Amino acid sequence: MRLNLGLKTLSIFTALLLVAACETAPTETGDSSGGGATTQTSGSGSTTTVVTETKTTTVQPGSQEDLVLNVGDRVFFGFDKYDLSDEAQATLQRQAAWLKANPTVTLLIEGNCDERGTREYNLALGERRATAVKNYLVTLGVSADRLSTISYGKERPVALGHNEAAWAQNRRSVSVVN
Amino acid sequence: MIGSVQKIRTLLAGLVLAIALASVARAELVIDITQGNIEPMPIAVTDFYADNEATAKIGKQMADVIRADLERSGLFVPIDPRAYLQQPKDLQVTPVFANWRKIAAQALSTGLVRALGDGQINVQFRLWDVFAEQYLTGIQFTTPPSNWRLTAHLIADAIYKRLTGEDGYFSTRVVYVSESGPADRRIKRLAIMDQDGENHQFLTSGNELVLTPRYSPTQQVLTYLSYFNNKPRVYLYNLDTGQQEILGEFPGMTFAPRFSPSGNQVVMSMAQDGNSEIYLMDLRTREMKRLTNHPGIDTAPSFSPDGTQITFESDRGGRQQIYIMDADGSNVRRISFGSGNYGTPVWSPRGDLIAFTKLTGGKFSIGVMRTDGSQERILTEGFHNEGPTWAPNGRVLMFFRQIPGKNDGRSDKVSLWSIDLTGYNEREVITPGDGSDPAWSPPYNLNR
Repeated sequence: MRLNLGLKTLSIFTALLLVAACETAPTETGDSSGGGATTQTSGSGSTTTVVTETKTTTVQPGSQEDLVLNVGDRVFFGFDKYDLSDEAQATLQRQAAWLKANPTVTLLIEGNCDERGTREYNLALGERRATAVKNYLVTLGVSADRLSTISYGKERPVALGHNEAAWAQNRRSVSVVN
Repeated sequence: MIGSVQKIRTLLAGLVLAIALASVARAELVIDITQGNIEPMPIAVTDFYADNEATAKIGKQMADVIRADLERSGLFVPIDPRAYLQQPKDLQVTPVFANWRKIAAQALSTGLVRALGDGQINVQFRLWDVFAEQYLTGIQFTTPPSNWRLTAHLIADAIYKRLTGEDGYFSTRVVYVSESGPADRRIKRLAIMDQDGENHQFLTSGNELVLTPRYSPTQQVLTYLSYFNNKPRVYLYNLDTGQQEILGEFPGMTFAPRFSPSGNQVVMSMAQDGNSEIYLMDLRTREMKRLTNHPGIDTAPSFSPDGTQITFESDRGGRQQIYIMDADGSNVRRISFGSGNYGTPVWSPRGDLIAFTKLTGGKFSIGVMRTDGSQERILTEGFHNEGPTWAPNGRVLMFFRQIPGKNDGRSDKVSLWSIDLTGYNEREVITPGDGSDPAWSPPYNLNR
């Protein structure tokens, strides 16, 4: 459990770098980062450099790092929504292809919410989001046996601000290599 | 946990009882707590007169606890003991009421604590109406000295009951989730304390995420959600043994548990294929019965005190709203129709009201409505208020409030608050760290 958490934190951090570089406006991450290392993400230029370096050195195929850097481990949702945007579907299509290329890998799909909901409702909503991702991967040919889900509701934010930019990053599902 | 308190049925010596019975015209020294923002009643709570140094210390501490309980209720103003014109020693017979009228005390509490030969203490308490010069009520306990604090709370309960007509709640406890660490690596532990924050104790280590503890109405047992082994499931926690037990092995997440009024069932949500439905588990057979059947989110169930109905929240109508169904899942009807989202409905122990969390205009409020959805009243509103729990007398609510900090995940403040049903007397409940998800215990049971 403790070891898992450590790995997860690392992967989330790495993922944040990628998100900052590819998808999210830099102003958002500056606002929402937890201080320390993640403050790097406020400058997207330097972030890209970091990502490129990591990519060319240590990535093991089929690893979480591989998923994060070369595929994208997460998709984002609208407020109180669990439908998959075109962008989310594109990410999951890459995940499906990656799972075919790495047939021994199994994934835990973590559903998360922003803080603007009650605790119980968010647990249910996180489960809906994780299941929406799982179901879409299954329609793309991934065996359901390789996919499990968990909801963290609003308990595991990655962006720590109290604003829409932070909430948008927290309404997410994250695919984690078991 | 707390040892049992022996209640002696003979409340007071015959002399005092005789005086009480002799007063034919009963004083109407009563606080009407159905009105908001009432003028609190001035009350004098004297130290318990004692026969030695050890009991004198207990006698003073007990009076301090009673004064603090009454003050916190918002219904009383305890008068500073330094103003008292008559000493505890001289109060062991009928008080000189003129001395108490001079300092504007309307009610007067007197008492005695003495050491018994067997190591126990005997505590006697009497309550007087100063202006009518009448004895109002009395009670006595024989108990180990270590029970002095509980004894004081029970006496505060007796004062509250005699002067408001409602049951006191000072001898209750509160279970909640203690929080620490930054928001993205939050550590959450079950913790329990007296309603005034004393006797605080952590129940879980913080290795697993735990949420939404609820008290059994009949036993020293909690039900809660734990992420043990990274599988979110409903558990039981036995407060007498410390034992934790998973409530059934199910393929999907079980969450949002709450006991039925009999304590023999737990109503909860279970998610399967992404859909959350409400189920009822019989704790003796461990059988699960499905109560709802709808693709919407159905969660946060709470029984009516008579056990015949269940209120819950659902987004089946497009937004999160409050519904009621019969306890077998039939006769589902929506009761909330206001703008915004409604969640966490909790049925009042008196049966007449449902407390809820409301999300509207970017704010989170705590409110109450009648069980037909009418007469909605918002008690408190702000950035984030959530998760009401009722005091067992149905007059006070506790909830948690998040006050946002500097967007760094470290400067937010999450804490417990209490508020009267009237919307007045809002106060922070002091806990060692941050706290959320409070749940009030049932009344203290003298007979257990």
